[in-house]
Amino acid sequence: MSMPEKFYYDNKIVKYFAIATILWGVVGMLVGLLVALQLVDPSFNLGNAYTTFGRARPIHTNAVIFAFVGNGIFMGAYYSMQRVLKTRMFSDTLSWLHFWGWQSIIVAAALTLALGYTTGKEYAELEWPIDIAITIVWVIFGINMFGTLIKRRESHIYVAIWFYIASWVTVAMLHIVNSFELPISLLKSYSWYAGVQDALVQWWYGHNAVAFFLTTPYLGVMYYFLPKAAERPVYSYRLSIVHFWSLIFLYIWAGPHHLLYTALPDWAQSLGTVFSVMLIAPSWGGMMNGLLTLRGAWDKVREEPVLKFLVVAITCYGMATFEGPMLSLKNVNAFGHYTDWIVAHVHVGALGWNGFLTFGIFYWLFPKMWKTQLYSKNLANVHFWLGTLGIIIYAVPMYFSGITQTLMLQEFTDEGVLKYSFQQARDAVWSMQLARSIGGTLYLVGVFIMVYNLWKTAAQGRFQDNEEAEAIPYYSKGELNEENHTLHRRIEARPMLMLGLAAIAVAIGGIVEFVPAFLVKSNVPTITSVKPYTPLELEGRDIYIREGCYTCHSQMVRPFRHEVARFGEYSKAGEYVYDHPFQWGSKRTGPDLHRLGIRYNESWHYKHMYDPTSVSPGSVMPPYPWLYENEYDASQISSKIKAMKTLGVPYEDGYEMIAATDMQNQAKEIAEKLKAQDKNIKANPNKEIIALIAYLQRLGTDIQKKEQVALTK
Amino acid sequence: MKFRNYLESIQGIDIYPFIGLILSFTVFLAILIWVWKLDKNQVKKMKSIPLDLNENENSK
Repeated sequence: MSMPEKFYYDNKIVKYFAIATILWGVVGMLVGLLVALQLVDPSFNLGNAYTTFGRARPIHTNAVIFAFVGNGIFMGAYYSMQRVLKTRMFSDTLSWLHFWGWQSIIVAAALTLALGYTTGKEYAELEWPIDIAITIVWVIFGINMFGTLIKRRESHIYVAIWFYIASWVTVAMLHIVNSFELPISLLKSYSWYAGVQDALVQWWYGHNAVAFFLTTPYLGVMYYFLPKAAERPVYSYRLSIVHFWSLIFLYIWAGPHHLLYTALPDWAQSLGTVFSVMLIAPSWGGMMNGLLTLRGAWDKVREEPVLKFLVVAITCYGMATFEGPMLSLKNVNAFGHYTDWIVAHVHVGALGWNGFLTFGIFYWLFPKMWKTQLYSKNLANVHFWLGTLGIIIYAVPMYFSGITQTLMLQEFTDEGVLKYSFQQARDAVWSMQLARSIGGTLYLVGVFIMVYNLWKTAAQGRFQDNEEAEAIPYYSKGELNEENHTLHRRIEARPMLMLGLAAIAVAIGGIVEFVPAFLVKSNVPTITSVKPYTPLELEGRDIYIREGCYTCHSQMVRPFRHEVARFGEYSKAGEYVYDHPFQWGSKRTGPDLHRLGIRYNESWHYKHMYDPTSVSPGSVMPPYPWLYENEYDASQISSKIKAMKTLGVPYEDGYEMIAATDMQNQAKEIAEKLKAQDKNIKANPNKEIIALIAYLQRLGTDIQKKEQVALTK
Repeated sequence: MKFRNYLESIQGIDIYPFIGLILSFTVFLAILIWVWKLDKNQVKKMKSIPLDLNENENSK
C-alpha cells in the first residue's frame, strides 16, 4: 500500500463556468421575456429586424439551452468529475480552451442569429462555421474528460460520470449527423437532407438535444450534488445503473413523436410513440431515486433552500417526463401539437428541472468554493417562492391557452363550417399570453435576487483557485486485481469501453429510424407535378428562413377535418422533396402556410408583410418594413442553384447560367401583377419582398397543378 | 450525392436494425441480471463515492 498523493482541485475553472452560467442565464431569460411580450403586443418587436420575434426566439432558445444549461453542465461536470475521480482535470490548457471556446461560440451565435444567419432548423440554427467550432470545442472537452478518467485515483467510475460520458458521445453524434450541410458562402448553407428525411433527422436531433443536453448531463449533476446536499448516498445505486442504461437506449428512438400526423411514414411515427411511452419507466425510476435519496431528511428540506430547489427540480423532471410520453400518444398529440401546451411542457422542464437544479447547485457551491456561509437564506427562500410561483403562473395559463386554441380551432357549426377564425382563437388566449409574461417576470426577478445573494456570498468569502486534496491511487491499492472479476466491473472501470458501449446503445435507435427512411423509396412517394423552386422562389425561401417564419408558422396540414377545412388539402411527403431544409415548423402562433399559395393575391401579401394588421386586424405578427428597402441578393443565385443540383434537385444542366435572368423576369411579372391589382402599389421588382411573395405564392400549389392536369386530361 | 445513395450500396443493410434490436435487448437483460446479482458491499462502496471524506470536507 503506497502513501496518499497530494494534488489540487481546479476550482477556478468551475467558478468561471458558474459565472458564465449566471450571465447567459440572465441574457437568455431576458430575451425570453422579450419574445413573450412580443406575443402580447407586437410593438415589443422594437421596429427592427434584429429584435423581431423570428430572430429573437432562436436567440432565446439557443441561449437558454446551449449557453445557460451548457455552462451549467460544464460547471457541474468540472466540479464533480475532479472529486469523484480524485484528481485534477487532465489539462488546465484544455479546460481554458474549452471555456473560452464555448463562450466565443455563444457570442458568435447571438450575433449571427440576430443578423439573420440561420440554417432554419430548430435548436440547430447555427451556420456551418459555428458548427465546426462547436465540434472542435466538444472534442477538446472530450479529451479533457477522458484524460481525467484515465489519470483518476478512484477505480470505480461513479454513475454521474457515466451520464457525462453518454451525453458527450451522443451530443457529438447528433450534432455531426444533423449538421450535414452544403456551404454556399461563409455564413450560408443548405441542409444535405430534404423534406421528410430532413424532418426525421432534425427531430431525431431536436428530441435528443432535450435528452442528452438538457436531461442526461443534468442527471449526472443530480446524482452528484443531491447526495452532497442531502449528506446521504443516493437511494439505490442499482436503480441508478438501470436508469442509466435504459434511459440512454430508449431516448434515442423517441424523436418521431415530434412529427405525429405529419407526412412522415406511419411506421416511424408509431416507433416514436412506443419508445416514448416506454421512457416513463426509466425517467420515473430516476425521479424516484432522486426523491427517495431524501428519505429521512425531509425535515432538512423545510430548512435548506438548496434542497427545496432540488426537490422542485426533480418533481418538475417527473412531471415533464410523464407529460412527454402522454403527448406522444397520437390522440393527445393531435390535440396539443402546434399549441401553447407544448410551450408549457418545455418550460416546466426548462424553468423547473434545469433552472431550479442549477440554482440549487449555486446555493450549495458558492458558499463551498468561497469558504463561507450563504449570505442570506431568507433571500434564497424568497427566490425559491418567486421562482415556483413564476413557473406556475407561466405554465398554467399556457396549458389553458393550448387547450382553448385547439377546442376553438376544431369547432364546427351545425351547418358544417368552421365556427372560429384563426384570429378569434388567438384573441381568446391574449390574456394568457400576458399572464405567461408575468410568470416569466417573477421567475426572472427571483434570478436577480439570486445574483445579488451569490455576489454578497462571494464578497464575504475567500476564493481558493486550487483546493488541496489527497488520495491513494487505486492501482496501488491492488483493487484491479482483487475485485475486477465481474463483467460490469471490467466495463465501468474502463472509460473507453464504456464510451464505445454507450455509443452503440445510442447509435442503434438512430440507425433503425434512418435506414428505412433513406432507403425505401416508397416511404416518400414522388409526385410528378412537384417541381423545383424557381430562382426567385428559392431566394424568397431563403428570406423566409432568415426571418425565422418557421418559429410561428407550420408548413404541414395534418389530415384532420378542421385543418383541411381551414388550410386546404392535407400535406403529402412527396411535396417536400426539394425542401433543403424542411420548414414544417413546430408551433402555430400564426396559421399554417403550406397551402398559402392559393389563398390570396400578391397585393394582399404586399400589404400584409408591411403592416399585418392592415389586412388582418388584431394580428400579433410583426411588420417587415426592411423587406421593402433591401434588394435581394441576385449575385449568389447561380451558386445556390448549383448547390441544389449537387443535393439532387433536378435543375437542367447549365441552368445556373440563366437563373439570374429568370429571376429578374419573374420579379418583373410580380411587380406588374401588384400594379394591376392595386394602382397605389409602386413595387420595385428588385426588393426582397418580391422574392418572398414569389415563394409564398408558390407554397403548396404544385398539387393543384396535378389536379388541373388531371381535369384537362 | 444524395445521402441515400451511400446507404443503398451497402449489401444486406436491412438486417442491421434487427441485429441491433436483439443485441441491445440482450444487453438490457444482462444489465438487469447483473444489477440483481451485484454484491451488497460493493454497491455500498460505490454509492458513497461522492460522500468520501478524503475530499476536503473541512472547507465547509
